[in-house]
Amino acid sequence: MSEKSGISSKYRKVAYYPGCALEGTGHAYNRSTKAVGKALGLDLVELKNWNCCGAMEVKNIDPKLQTFLSARNLKIAEEMGFATVMAPCNGCYHNLKKAEYDLAHDPATRETVEMLSAKAGDVAYQPGHVSTIHALDWIREAIGEEGLRARVRNSLKGLKIANYYGCMYTRPRHIFPEKDQGPGSESTNAPHFMDDLLAAAGAENVEYPLKTACCGGAHTLSDSNTSTRLVLNLLTTAEACGADVIATECPTCHSGLELHQARAAKVFGTVTHVKILYFTQLLGMALGLSARRVGVHENLSDARDLLRARGLG
Amino acid sequence: MSPLARADTIAAMPEAALAEQAVPLAQALLEASESVLEDWLRGHGQVPGSGEIEGFRLLALHRQAARGTPSFNACRESCRELIFQCNMARVSDDTAARARRLRLAAMVARHLALFVAGKLENAGLGEFCCSARDLRGRDEGGVGGTMEVKHG
Repeated sequence: MSEKSGISSKYRKVAYYPGCALEGTGHAYNRSTKAVGKALGLDLVELKNWNCCGAMEVKNIDPKLQTFLSARNLKIAEEMGFATVMAPCNGCYHNLKKAEYDLAHDPATRETVEMLSAKAGDVAYQPGHVSTIHALDWIREAIGEEGLRARVRNSLKGLKIANYYGCMYTRPRHIFPEKDQGPGSESTNAPHFMDDLLAAAGAENVEYPLKTACCGGAHTLSDSNTSTRLVLNLLTTAEACGADVIATECPTCHSGLELHQARAAKVFGTVTHVKILYFTQLLGMALGLSARRVGVHENLSDARDLLRARGLG
Repeated sequence: MSPLARADTIAAMPEAALAEQAVPLAQALLEASESVLEDWLRGHGQVPGSGEIEGFRLLALHRQAARGTPSFNACRESCRELIFQCNMARVSDDTAARARRLRLAAMVARHLALFVAGKLENAGLGEFCCSARDLRGRDEGGVGGTMEVKHG
């Protein structure tokens, strides 16, 4: 922590890689992330001319090409003078971390990335120059739980939240060397950063045993029923745990939960009522921002009545 | 009874019955989940092992099933969570807590069964999972591995 502001100077200003989803289905996540950053006095500088990270698809065909895509984004961050890039999407975050790991440990990957970079007329990214963080790391490290607690203007008190991290935030373990480092670090088998931040904002986190379980996101198009069944189990379990809201930190998980909640009602006749909100939307409202400012109206899962009833937004 | 049906049945039991039979029901959930992983292994031409990791066959079966199939690690934490909830159900002195732990365990067992069933159904389509190995690498090397990139 630094100076009078209580903001860690390390993360006061970071490079921002929103990724494709945040310009489409995850627009509310983009909007709320930027709004929270501004409210906290943090600067996000979007990468210039960034490209898609390849999401889940490119690696199934050509993993080294996928590494090149992420390496290019890391190089852009470096050329813009940043040592840290923040990616709020689990897929982007995972791919940037994986690129960093593969470039540091696999000479063949390095060779391919250098060759592709040269063909594109660029200098290849060399590992170790830029570190990748998630939006959860960013807020937690820059502001801290105490700092956040001090800034809360509209407590989330009374709101019961199941925190859902999805499977890519912590998996595979070896690409996240900073995790599982004891007290204060994130855990790969029981992540808690989102729980910590929302608790600091006054929310009551429920015990949710499926916080890192698969949502079937990758099967959404190839086998929608599998995805719907998995999501339905996530939703019914959250309700059984007493949650009013499932908090998310990934646009793919978020839209999967929203879409399959609607599909489960239509196809399987099972209606669930738990609301789905990005953690940045919840934090934003706790910081005194309006529901509209953090894009609650953009969500498919309409939480406006619940939020109004709790005096939020 | 299928593992899914067993999990559903346990989740729907009244609190008193859950608390009274917590130990055998916890064991039933673990065995049902082991049978899910056995199906996956047999479906892939393997013989399920009888070993244990940290005292649990479920963890050993998961490790066996995930070998060469990184995407299967998406259910590793579900296995560990299931064991955690079953352990808590066994040791708790409180009736309501025991029942609650068993219900949570049943929901996790259900997720495991759905996940593996979904993957089995989709096995013919290839692995379009977040951490899957590349498809062409599988064609070349049998169970994944690094493919040769030819971008010349």
